[in-house]
Amino acid sequence: MSAPRPDGTPKVRGEFAFSSDLSAEGMLWGTTVRSPHARARIDRLDTAAALAIPGVRAVLTIDDVPGRRLFGLEHPDQPVLAEGEARFWGEPVAVVAADDRETARRGADAVVVDYTELEPFTDPTVAEDRGETFRVFDITHGDATGTVVVEGYYETGMQDQAPLGTESGLAIPDGEGGVDLHISTQWLHADHEQVVASLGLEPHQVRLHMAGIGGAFGAREDLSLQVHLCLLALHTGRPVKMVYDRSESFVGHVHRHPARMWYRHEAEPDGTLRRVEAKIILDGGAYASTSSAVLANSAYFAVGPYRCDAVRVHAVAARTNNPPCGAMRGFGAVQSCFGYESQMDRLADALGMDPIELRLKNALAPGDRLPTTGQLIEGSMPVREVIETLRAMPLPADETSGDPRRLPGGTGNTTPASAVVRGVGFAVGIKNLAFSEGFDDYAEVRASLGPDGLTIHTAAAEVGQGLVTVLEQIGRSATGVETVRVVWDTTAQIGSAGSSSASRQSQMSGGAALSACEAVLAEALRRGAGDRLDDAGVWRGDELVTSLADLTADGPIEQLERFRHPRTHPPDEHGRGDVHAGYAVAAHRAVVNVDPELGLIRVVHVDTAQDVGKALNPQAVIGQIEGGIMQGVGLAVMEEMILRDGQVANASFTDYLLPTFADAPTVEAAMIEDPDHWGPFGAKGVGEPPTISSTPAIVAAIRAATGAALTRVPVRAEDIASQWSVASDQ
Amino acid sequence: MIHLTVNGDPHSAEPGPAESLLSMLRNRLGLAGSKDACEQGECGSCSVILDGELVCSCLVLAADTDGSEIRTVEGIADGDDLSRVQEALLAEGGVQCGFCTPGFVVAATHLLDTNPDPSDDDVREALAGNICRCTGYGGIMRALTALREDS
Ligand code: FES
Ligand code: FES
Repeated sequence: MSAPRPDGTPKVRGEFAFSSDLSAEGMLWGTTVRSPHARARIDRLDTAAALAIPGVRAVLTIDDVPGRRLFGLEHPDQPVLAEGEARFWGEPVAVVAADDRETARRGADAVVVDYTELEPFTDPTVAEDRGETFRVFDITHGDATGTVVVEGYYETGMQDQAPLGTESGLAIPDGEGGVDLHISTQWLHADHEQVVASLGLEPHQVRLHMAGIGGAFGAREDLSLQVHLCLLALHTGRPVKMVYDRSESFVGHVHRHPARMWYRHEAEPDGTLRRVEAKIILDGGAYASTSSAVLANSAYFAVGPYRCDAVRVHAVAARTNNPPCGAMRGFGAVQSCFGYESQMDRLADALGMDPIELRLKNALAPGDRLPTTGQLIEGSMPVREVIETLRAMPLPADETSGDPRRLPGGTGNTTPASAVVRGVGFAVGIKNLAFSEGFDDYAEVRASLGPDGLTIHTAAAEVGQGLVTVLEQIGRSATGVETVRVVWDTTAQIGSAGSSSASRQSQMSGGAALSACEAVLAEALRRGAGDRLDDAGVWRGDELVTSLADLTADGPIEQLERFRHPRTHPPDEHGRGDVHAGYAVAAHRAVVNVDPELGLIRVVHVDTAQDVGKALNPQAVIGQIEGGIMQGVGLAVMEEMILRDGQVANASFTDYLLPTFADAPTVEAAMIEDPDHWGPFGAKGVGEPPTISSTPAIVAAIRAATGAALTRVPVRAEDIASQWSVASDQ
Repeated sequence: MIHLTVNGDPHSAEPGPAESLLSMLRNRLGLAGSKDACEQGECGSCSVILDGELVCSCLVLAADTDGSEIRTVEGIADGDDLSRVQEALLAEGGVQCGFCTPGFVVAATHLLDTNPDPSDDDVREALAGNICRCTGYGGIMRALTALREDS
């Protein structure tokens, strides 16, 4: 039985306030003027006509930014508003505040910007040749070779996180030169630091408040409208609200990096993997965001969860004039997993070996070293267990129902049941947990016991994953008090929880909550001279010695804790070192039905076995697994931002296809519990692994069904149909 | 000035000429439960029941709703008592970030009102216009399955 979500009831009643639902007395609406060109010089920016519209209260440009003009999570290189040159299509150039949303939009349309269009760099390979890179990262180790060799070239497309809640927020000036910003974000304190720098204010003058978040998946790691809102509010002296519309959201946040990958695998005839060479180019787009870290992750996991004696990885994050790319669920591990798992299937084929046996033969285990970094694996690494558990799960019955809604193509009624071929594919993936490469990664939590129960104060973002439930559960089980609530403090009231990303919050904020609650319990028992605590108070044996009210009469019993995971280190010049704090693995098996003549696909079923360390809330874990798999389905067969000369051609839910209920496979999930060496109760982060190997498993299944050599995702109808017509002609 | 009934209560409003029902509900009538994830009729997060029909309120012109009867997510629970659809979504893990949830509550309520015993494929088809980015639909399917079995 899983504990219920405390935010569930307001959410089903429609009463939960998301950041787009906020309002304030006298509020203005903000909007953004965006570049219509992928690359252009800004010759003139004239705001007079916009300001002349009745109701328009402010039009601001880069010259109105009083502090640092640049922002960025790792390297501040992105102008708050374009300065001199617009470097991607949709880049913010000016912001407008007006009495209502319509007037703000009219104001934005009236801002005159004269551009000289410049030729955009849109090809990451050309960018690399010109030295336009954010990071070049090489891993070299060992010189073993193998006698059985396979090579392949693979590509992954640009995926969008598409959280249902678009970017939105409300900034309220405090009348004393400071501002309160209510915002949906993955990392309140990282936003705060960047907003403060750009506003040129003292940290205490800017307070960030967590507002209701409608999904994130990496889209809310970087700043979008945070500084814009504060600038407008400070400039007008009035509260300002902004809500991106869907098309704006598609360019208002960073995306999953498209990848081009070349791979060479060498093995012994018995299947022992000896050497992996890879070249990986990620398109980072116009600004750095987290490209450096995403790139490193692609490289660190370029071999997958397998032993290998020799590794050569050359990885490049290119700078282009495409939309900036950054964090998205799986963070670089997704791209290389598609490469190495496609290669493992190819290698199995060349060896005449069962692909699952090949994976088992090379599976990493505790005590091994990760082949790329050489880091000794401490903690749990149940690669064999996830593979064997998944292999033992029964395959679904082969009922290809004649109901057109279940056939590829769905209600389009394009595919007769007789045209359907079925395939099964398998893949395994690995992901690091929490931040790597020596980053000082911590999470702060304050536990406070008062007359009404226990309160857990945090700044950690509840993006939908269920952290709020896990923190409450930890509070209950650590103290014995049943009345527990989670409260989000502002940046002025609590320290950073770090980001709700890298699958880290259950471990990090969960770990901090556990220590804080344990300390509160110990102090309560000491003060009450008892041996047990509950909602009534402190007990000694069967006797209640002090009530909660008496115990906390002089104030709450409080404990602030900062949790840190095992220390990590930057890599050496060969890309080697103890760079990660831990790992999680998962395996996926997909069953697909395909109409090969038309190239139509239905993902029927996805089974998974996932390493969860310890499932703190099984229902929340299953929710992460099912939702994560669906994003893997999306990348495999439909989700891609299409760029033409740097312009997004499908920035809408009409043209960017998300999996619907009709596209959803049934999912069976087995949770492998093998407690890890850190994190509360041995728990591991669970959010990302479902998205990593589900994509290659689905593509392997489509290959098995059709025989088509599919090397790019998302798989397009023509990729299947063209190869099928060639094959059926022969 | 238009007059309409929302969740049983009479309302009057003066919407703009191009204003959507969604905008009127959220910004003029103070009913922010219906959500705006696309404003293009593609995601269903703004679903409401208009004179018995399930519609995307972002696609309906507010001015055209004069005299209509509308049920929004705020009108689904019976006071403090959640409806069985709301209870089932909570019990089966059908709610994560919750942004799609109001739309699903309305669409699933309408589905069960019009087809009390839908098959799996009926559910998938009926709810295919409501996008959820978080749950992968598993928890929502389990919720609907539970309701079907009880009925
Ligand atoms: S907001 Fe109406 S369908 Fe998306
Ligand atoms: S719960 Fe987040 S979109 Fe459905």
